Amino acid sequence: MASRDDIKFLSNPNIGSRRKKYCRFKKFGIKHIDYKDADFLLQFVNEQGKLLPRRITGNSLKYQKRVAIAVKRARHLALMPYVADLLK
Amino acid sequence: MRHYEVTFIVDPVLSGDEIKSTAKTYTDMLRNENYNIVHVDEMGLRQLAYPINKRSSGVYYSVEFSGETGSVINKLELALRRDERIMRFLSIKLDKYGVKYNEDKRNGLIGKVEKKSDKKKSDRKNERKPAPKPTPKPAPVATKEEE
Repeated sequence: MASRDDIKFLSNPNIGSRRKKYCRFKKFGIKHIDYKDADFLLQFVNEQGKLLPRRITGNSLKYQKRVAIAVKRARHLALMPYVADLLK
Repeated sequence: MRHYEVTFIVDPVLSGDEIKSTAKTYTDMLRNENYNIVHVDEMGLRQLAYPINKRSSGVYYSVEFSGETGSVINKLELALRRDERIMRFLSIKLDKYGVKYNEDKRNGLIGKVEKKSDKKKSDRKNERKPAPKPTPKPAPVATKEEE
């Protein structure tokens, strides 16, 4: 029979822990976001082609703004859709 | 010195020569105004993400140029707007990072850098799916080795 000391946690404590989000632009030193690189920008939109929020992408405010501008430019040039279904 | 970049989509219905001459009119126009053309990127025929003027594809051109003032922009945009062969255009001012980015891209540095980061990302995704249990410590070590 397991004594009381053996049971430290009822559930695995690592299950709820999330990997820390980070801003990939800061981490990899990307200073300029190209609006012509649609494949790269696809990482920042959801399946409908809407911009993902910062709380999901983990971008810093500075780069999230630049991503937004780049995506909007790409949309204007028809490199990315304004509205889409099943983009990914 | 100011750097600009103008990207425009030429109607694909035109013949190859006409498309080239369309792009050339604008590069010539910039040259006549004493602007230095850094690079003309012919991105070629691409599928549009949504139809423009009932066309589903277009020929993309991106012209990077530099000059002392930006006075040509108004003139250039007016000409682009009046031109029926141009389906869409976008002119932007490049900051120093943008200039460097374009230069690196021409030298083939950028594609690698971003692919590397993409790869890392996908690696991480793969890591995350099968093994959510291990403590976060070993993962950063592994990624450092990759770098």
